[in-house]
Amino acid sequence: MTALLRKPWLWAWLGALAVWLATATFTHGRGSAEVLSAALTFGAFFVIVALGQMFVITLGPGNVDLSIPACMTLAGTVAMKTMDGAASMIPLGLVLALAIGAGVGVINYALIRLLRIPPIIATLSSSFIFQSAAIWWNRGLRVKPPEALADFTTAKLAGVPVIAIAVVLMAVAGHVLLTRTIYGRGVVAIGQNMRAAHLAGVRVERIRAATYIMCATLAGLCGYLLSAFSGGAALNMGEEYLLSSIAVVVIGGTSVAGGFANVPGLWGAALFMFLLVTMLNTFGAGAGVRLVLTGLIIIGVIVAASGGKRGT
Amino acid sequence: MSGTSPIVVLDGVEKSFGAVRALTGVTLELRRGECLGLVGHNGAGKSTLMNVLSGNLSPDAGRITVDGADITGRLTPQNAVAHGVRCVYQELSLCPNLTVAENARISHPSIAGVGWRRAARELISGMLDQIFPGHGISTDHLVGDLSIARRQMVEIARAFAVTRAEAKVVILDEPTSSLDGVAAKKLLAYVRRYVDAGGTCVLISHLLGEIFDTSDRIAVMRDGGVVALDRAKAFDRNSLVAAMGSVAERAPGQARGGAAIRETASIVVQARPRIPETLSLAAHKGEVVGLAGLSGQGQTELLVQVFDHAAGAQVSGEVALVAGDRQTDGIFPLWSIAENISIGSLRRFLKGPFLDHVAARAFAEEWRKRIGIRTPDVGQPILSLSGGNQQKALFARALGSPAEIIVMDDPMRGVDVGTKQEVYGMIRDEAAKGRTFLWYTTEMDELTNCDHVYVFREGGIVADLPRAEMTEERVLHASFRADA
Repeated sequence: MTALLRKPWLWAWLGALAVWLATATFTHGRGSAEVLSAALTFGAFFVIVALGQMFVITLGPGNVDLSIPACMTLAGTVAMKTMDGAASMIPLGLVLALAIGAGVGVINYALIRLLRIPPIIATLSSSFIFQSAAIWWNRGLRVKPPEALADFTTAKLAGVPVIAIAVVLMAVAGHVLLTRTIYGRGVVAIGQNMRAAHLAGVRVERIRAATYIMCATLAGLCGYLLSAFSGGAALNMGEEYLLSSIAVVVIGGTSVAGGFANVPGLWGAALFMFLLVTMLNTFGAGAGVRLVLTGLIIIGVIVAASGGKRGT
Repeated sequence: MSGTSPIVVLDGVEKSFGAVRALTGVTLELRRGECLGLVGHNGAGKSTLMNVLSGNLSPDAGRITVDGADITGRLTPQNAVAHGVRCVYQELSLCPNLTVAENARISHPSIAGVGWRRAARELISGMLDQIFPGHGISTDHLVGDLSIARRQMVEIARAFAVTRAEAKVVILDEPTSSLDGVAAKKLLAYVRRYVDAGGTCVLISHLLGEIFDTSDRIAVMRDGGVVALDRAKAFDRNSLVAAMGSVAERAPGQARGGAAIRETASIVVQARPRIPETLSLAAHKGEVVGLAGLSGQGQTELLVQVFDHAAGAQVSGEVALVAGDRQTDGIFPLWSIAENISIGSLRRFLKGPFLDHVAARAFAEEWRKRIGIRTPDVGQPILSLSGGNQQKALFARALGSPAEIIVMDDPMRGVDVGTKQEVYGMIRDEAAKGRTFLWYTTEMDELTNCDHVYVFREGGIVADLPRAEMTEERVLHASFRADA
């Protein structure tokens, strides 16, 4: 029991459960299954980008990828326009979205490594370029996604969104990658002390490169799936993912100072974030009150989580 | 020499960390005008006791009196300083992002108002000049840019500096472990002057020679208690080592015929420091090569060059490094002891693409026993260990790795006498099995374990001495003047 209490992801899950119960109580249980299903779908999109962001943040102080929204938008628009609604083009669109993500990651890392720009500035400035590229590409009308792909993103298996199941499997893979591979151990070591990691034989630069590329590739994937889900790419589709990707990582119990991460917390935090907004909407709170309460509750969960002892 | 009136009285002080009883009822008094030498194994409780006295840890039981005032339970770092108790920490307590002068200001809050920066500069540079004449430290340097030896000097000077707050009791926890011989002598001479003027000093060290030379009384700690306490003259080397409970010190290690290795074994490392006019270094397979000289003369840079297989170094084989500056170069503070050890040889624990944590844990446990890390459980955080035991974990990391070449960056800082002898033995055994060691050390005794010694000065190699020709005099000679 004490071992469970020390788990860093516990608070995100407790928070998610609490807001869901509060909503269900308010509505006397009406619609709570639908709310949960929506939370799983939207949560899945959050988790895809947060997974990459988690590895980046774990690399240590100053490491963060701010180009996620621009990367999502660029990958989404290019893929949608290329597929142009044709089912036969679905695989090509996916490959394109992933390739664009990987390319964005390579550029980000090159700026950080070759030009020695701090990651926060490098990814922020590159994101302007990617966003402009997306605008230029997207000029004209909104392209609908292939129907089969759109159906996939809304499909359900025994009442559970298929996309959520897929992302749960991705999260399991991410957990194994973090805890059971040389790469994952390296990321955590670098986040604690980059110089010591280098001197202990960790291949620091290879791992950093791989991490930035993976993060951007996941953003590309998210952009592809999200534009299929929402009936086409939009220039502002990535907007809310900038802060959410960081918030989900931190609420999930990953250390914002690096060197300490966990995957289960990502799902808990993603559900929590979605259910929180839903709850405040259900209560009929106005936009201003909603934002204030969202901020306060997030602070509360983070304080509660950091009060618990950390174990690895 | 030693006065009689006590300035600090510790009475039955106890402290536990979870299952580990670090202090088991320590009673000890410090007198005015004396230097008390404090010795004991790694994990005997020396640093813990001094952390209690300086207010960093609150004791579970016992009473502490300073200058007649009972301050048990009210002892915080600020309060300790207010009572004139200063501490030079083994792990150093300077802020790396601030300058030397700014760091001086932090522990001397009475420096304030307009012109504080100038006052702080004068305070610290005056003290540095007194203790370490010719130190070459600018008060406007960022502490993070200084070598560990210079950081240590700043920390020491700051502790002895007097502003409105007096320095009545100064605790020196392993102060010489990161200083070279010359700077260490200057410090110990200053300690005598300070004590003779009526101050009180606690000197913690594993170098028994400096304990004998500097202390008036010696206290021996073992397993969290004081087991022997007497005038320094009442002890000799053997009785002191016996009281500490370690195996009596063997005669300084004997290197095998280094010349024979040079003639037959192949060269595995060849490196040249990155400055003009220097000799180059060669290490043959199975050789223990010493890097000597004053501290910070380019030895660490050469080791890192070899570690990185960088330009200027031809290295055949994998290299592992044992860090000496463990906070900056060695420890992963959020990890357990086991994780800190196994990071050096992760490939060994791969089962397919995945790491086998059970095997990694067993590996760490095996090294805990082999090298004697004092902990009930390798799953404990690395920071639960004393400094010397953290250092043992770093040794285990490198010796346990598959690397054929091991470079060691003054690795015995804070390691006790008994363990040192064991590690020397391990190094000799591993060398006999064909591993090659590059060993930077500032201690003469350790150089006698080497087959071949290179002396560094101002970034370059100035002398190349086979074991048979190596004497303390020749090393010192080369350290200071160009060797013809």
